[in-house]
Amino acid sequence: MNTFQNNNEIKLELKELYKAFEDTPVLEGISLQLKNKEFISILGPSGSGKSTIFNIISGLLKPDRGEVAIEGENHTGKTGRVSYMYQKDLLLPWRKVIDNASLPLIVKGMEKQQARETVAPFFKVFGLEGFEHKYPFQLSGGMRQRAALLRTYMFSKDIMLLDEPFGGLDAITRAKMQQWLLDVLQQLEASILFITHDIEEAIYLSDRVYILSERPAAVKKEIVIDLERPRGREILTSREFIDLKAEILSLL
Amino acid sequence: MKRSRSIENSIIPIGFSLILLLIWQLSVDMGMISRNMLPSPTDVGSTLIEILPDIYQHTLVTLTEAFAGFFASILLALILAILMDSVKVIKKAIYPILVVSQTVPLIVLAPLFVMWFGYGMMPKIIVVVLVCFFPILISLLDGLSSVDKDMINLLKSMKASRLQIFRLVKFPAAMVSFFSGLRIAATYSIMGAIIGEWMGGKAGLGIYMTRVKYSFAYDKTFAAILVIVVLSMMVFYAVRLLQRLAMPWSIEMEKNRR
Ligand SMILES: Nc1ncnc2c1ncn2[C@@H]1O[C@H](COP(=O)(O)OP(=O)(O)OP(=O)(O)O)[C@@H](O)[C@H]1O
Ligand SMILES: [Mg+2]
Repeated sequence: MNTFQNNNEIKLELKELYKAFEDTPVLEGISLQLKNKEFISILGPSGSGKSTIFNIISGLLKPDRGEVAIEGENHTGKTGRVSYMYQKDLLLPWRKVIDNASLPLIVKGMEKQQARETVAPFFKVFGLEGFEHKYPFQLSGGMRQRAALLRTYMFSKDIMLLDEPFGGLDAITRAKMQQWLLDVLQQLEASILFITHDIEEAIYLSDRVYILSERPAAVKKEIVIDLERPRGREILTSREFIDLKAEILSLL
Repeated sequence: MKRSRSIENSIIPIGFSLILLLIWQLSVDMGMISRNMLPSPTDVGSTLIEILPDIYQHTLVTLTEAFAGFFASILLALILAILMDSVKVIKKAIYPILVVSQTVPLIVLAPLFVMWFGYGMMPKIIVVVLVCFFPILISLLDGLSSVDKDMINLLKSMKASRLQIFRLVKFPAAMVSFFSGLRIAATYSIMGAIIGEWMGGKAGLGIYMTRVKYSFAYDKTFAAILVIVVLSMMVFYAVRLLQRLAMPWSIEMEKNRR
């Protein structure tokens, strides 16, 4: 039963992360696990330290204490392993969408033409067909997020950190993008850590949700979302969904 | 809506300039101002046609000096901007000196350059560099330091090298600002060459102007000024065209914003 083992393999583990900025403690003992092909949300109030967790995982920041382990190996403070999507789309305005998506490959040393050929097939999967040669400013908010997600995916296909990717979108686009994300992920082999402060979004997308306290952030509770997949928007009004929502609301 | 606004944008300044020219023409024609003191626009026009063969060689010399100085400035500004941006100590050390250097009046320095470098093109090119270099450098430095920090962090998270971050993010991001500096510098370059020539030399529009000034041929002075204005405008638009070719996205982005 090799597949069974694979599915339970721990891709990423945070062990007791502590971080303070100039004597202001921001993280106080964050521990969590991300298993293979899992979708995990981190749900926490604004300013609690969610992005700081991602900055530490991606290696941009060093924790004061604690460890980031990736596939069992210590990766604390090392960049270049996981892919990271920021709250902003951060597309380079002077690069066409296809060249923005190629950026991670260019950074890894690939030639421009080869990078383009490598990313081109993914435009269909990500619903970006026909937009390859547009500039980012010619895209709508939702399309920009798709492009940013594609770029993120091109860097590391197995572990992706998504920091409130839909935070800046209007409610309707946001709902569409959530559905889109679920559809895309079915076709990929990615393990995902997702930051949000939208409770419904967290439940709708995730296998598990970690709930953080106010700053300094600690994990208040870990909630398993036992909703069947594939999920459609109708589950938003189901009994289980509403119970989960009530449980989380009582914690925040 | 957009179209009519852009027509309005060009009609108003052109119309106003035409009215000013008309007032000037009439006041000379009606004898309110002596023709010897201030030639009318039509006088200047006819004089220009008359002296065109004469002035052509001078114009070429001035253009050569301006271009040489302009490109030397770009090169110098690029090197210095990259140095100052990557090594903060250099920036801290040099920046104040550069600002102070801009307060020294060039008119005072120009004769010294003639003394040091003679009557050839060299002292003129140096004056052009002194005039052009600063706006280019400042626009480059501003551009380089205005890059979104998160953009750089994103590249760092991908383990990009400093050189890659510079080449892929910082430098292209600085281009818009760089080109606005270039536009200013390009127009200044002609003026710089003229200031340099004013101190003496063999040929150039500045030389021509000092000569006609001593013979009190003001119509020729004004004709030369006209040539200078046209040249300056031409280089301004040439840079704009270059920007359009080099960065089509930046022009489209500007259009979108309007
Ligand atoms: N580099 C830094 N230096 C000093 N303080 C910082 C730094 N980065 C973050 N902080 C502070 O740490 C706290 C947590 O920031 P963080 O960005 O991780 O919060 P967040 O949960 O992502 O918030 P949001 O929901 O608004 O995105 C904030 O109070 C912030 O001001
Ligand atoms: Mg954040």
